[in-house]
Amino acid sequence: MTQAIAGPLLEVERVSVRFGALLALSDVSLNVQRGEILAIIGPNGAGKTTLLNVISGFYHPYEGRILFEGRDRTRLSPPDVAELGVARTFQNVALFKGMSVLDNLMTGRLLKMGGHFLLDAVWWGPAKRQELANRAFVERVIDFLEIQSIRKMPAGKLPYGLQKRVELGRALAAEPKLLLLDEPMAGMNVEEKEDMSRFILDVNGEFGTTIALIEHDMGVVMDITDRVVVLDYGRKIADGPPEQVRKDAAVLDAYLGAGHD
Amino acid sequence: MTEILYAVFVGPFRDMAGSPAFLIEVLLGGLFTGLMYSLVALGFVLIFKASGVFNFAQGVMVLFAALTLVGLMERGVPVVAALVVTMAVMVALAFLIERIVLRPLVNQEAIILFMATIGLNFFLEGFGELLWGANVKKLDVGIPDRSFIVAGVQINQLEMSAAATSAVLVAVLAVFFQRTRIGRALRAVADDHEAALSIGIPLKTIWLIVWSVAGLVAIVAGIMWGAKSGVQFSLSLVALKALPVLILGGFTSVPGAIVGGLIVGVGEKLGEVYWGPLVGGAIENWFAYVVALVFLLFRPQGLFGEKIIERV
Repeated sequence: MTQAIAGPLLEVERVSVRFGALLALSDVSLNVQRGEILAIIGPNGAGKTTLLNVISGFYHPYEGRILFEGRDRTRLSPPDVAELGVARTFQNVALFKGMSVLDNLMTGRLLKMGGHFLLDAVWWGPAKRQELANRAFVERVIDFLEIQSIRKMPAGKLPYGLQKRVELGRALAAEPKLLLLDEPMAGMNVEEKEDMSRFILDVNGEFGTTIALIEHDMGVVMDITDRVVVLDYGRKIADGPPEQVRKDAAVLDAYLGAGHD
Repeated sequence: MTEILYAVFVGPFRDMAGSPAFLIEVLLGGLFTGLMYSLVALGFVLIFKASGVFNFAQGVMVLFAALTLVGLMERGVPVVAALVVTMAVMVALAFLIERIVLRPLVNQEAIILFMATIGLNFFLEGFGELLWGANVKKLDVGIPDRSFIVAGVQINQLEMSAAATSAVLVAVLAVFFQRTRIGRALRAVADDHEAALSIGIPLKTIWLIVWSVAGLVAIVAGIMWGAKSGVQFSLSLVALKALPVLILGGFTSVPGAIVGGLIVGVGEKLGEVYWGPLVGGAIENWFAYVVALVFLLFRPQGLFGEKIIERV
């Protein structure tokens, strides 16, 4: 047990994912250490999102295993993975568009609310008390992300950058051990990117949340991450601190193209 | 020409004003019919909201529930026990549907799920017939089909009890979905399946819940309809009337299903009684569809539905 706690939070062991004839991931192994910010980078179609989907249970590997806190979690469904303490965001923002920002975050906290799903229907006294207690935490997340002014707005009506922030908030509301972010800064302007970078660093610093993120902006990756894993054509081609990966010949070749100067 | 205009635009209203008691009776009759449409439409809406599945078999579920209840009672099971067993059967049915039909088709196109429910429709119809026989059955739940007169208006006891039951049912459902965590989870699932899964909402449980609730609503609808006009296979055709109700009320709106059903019920009764003689009757049969057509042309999202936005 002590060993499990000391080991990496997440271990991906020789995972391969296949879609028909296409090998989306082949023999990928990586660790996510407790408390670190890990970036997964690579050209389009390298298998980054597939990797995130495997970790969060949306796809199951064709070969290999996934261990969370030392235990084999390869075949879990997404809700079960969420229950373990893994929260995620999506590349194309998957918010509950009809709900207010506050409701989105409260829904994100559903798992923490305890109580029985069906029992609540019959007797909602305890459920109501639970709701108030959890509301306090959600308010903290709202303050933290500086989204007080939009808390009552329907999420679908917000500009894109704010939607991404709300989605991050929904993931944080679950108090995850591992936070998976699929391109948290895609489509953002410089200012929004700076804000988001700050939030990611603060989440890591203040809550101690372990973060694995996919990002294209190399500047951001170099600035905020502890370690970088590089994928290309479904294979891992590099793994190390940013400054080391940046100089790696294979990475330069694959990621920036052969003809870079 | 003026005679025709008079007959269409003035005559019927003069008749209404001439005998208010009769008008109220017609309205009550319409509301009662409308309530049945509402209940069937409600089952549709619940399932559509939570799973995006357009359940063509909702009408047959009403029939199946009524058949099971009547079949049990014919075999000497007391009313209350038969009701409990029927409820258990509907929940079991929901469980089987989730297991056998929905789960293997997860993430398929909406049209494929819709076709699966057409299959379900035929299966349940045939299975019900196999199990309980095809003849018309009288359903007697112990409420007498008696009328009494209040202020000159004839009021049917059975209709009133049925209306009261449905009102209670709708209120309970509203509380269930508004004040419990399930309600929020349900809205989340309706909004975005992937996101709902990622925050730990078990889709299977949600589907089981909505199909069970739709099954229970089907029992109430089945009892009302069965008590009024006997349990017979034409009962499943009620589902066809529920379609215009859905178009009128909006596919995703619970209040829409209820109000839509009442509007169609009252509208077709008024049309039949006051305007029917002008065209030789049968307005009742097409009124709902014409209203639906007008809505499709001018307000396709219905009265309360969410505005239809194509997502890419």
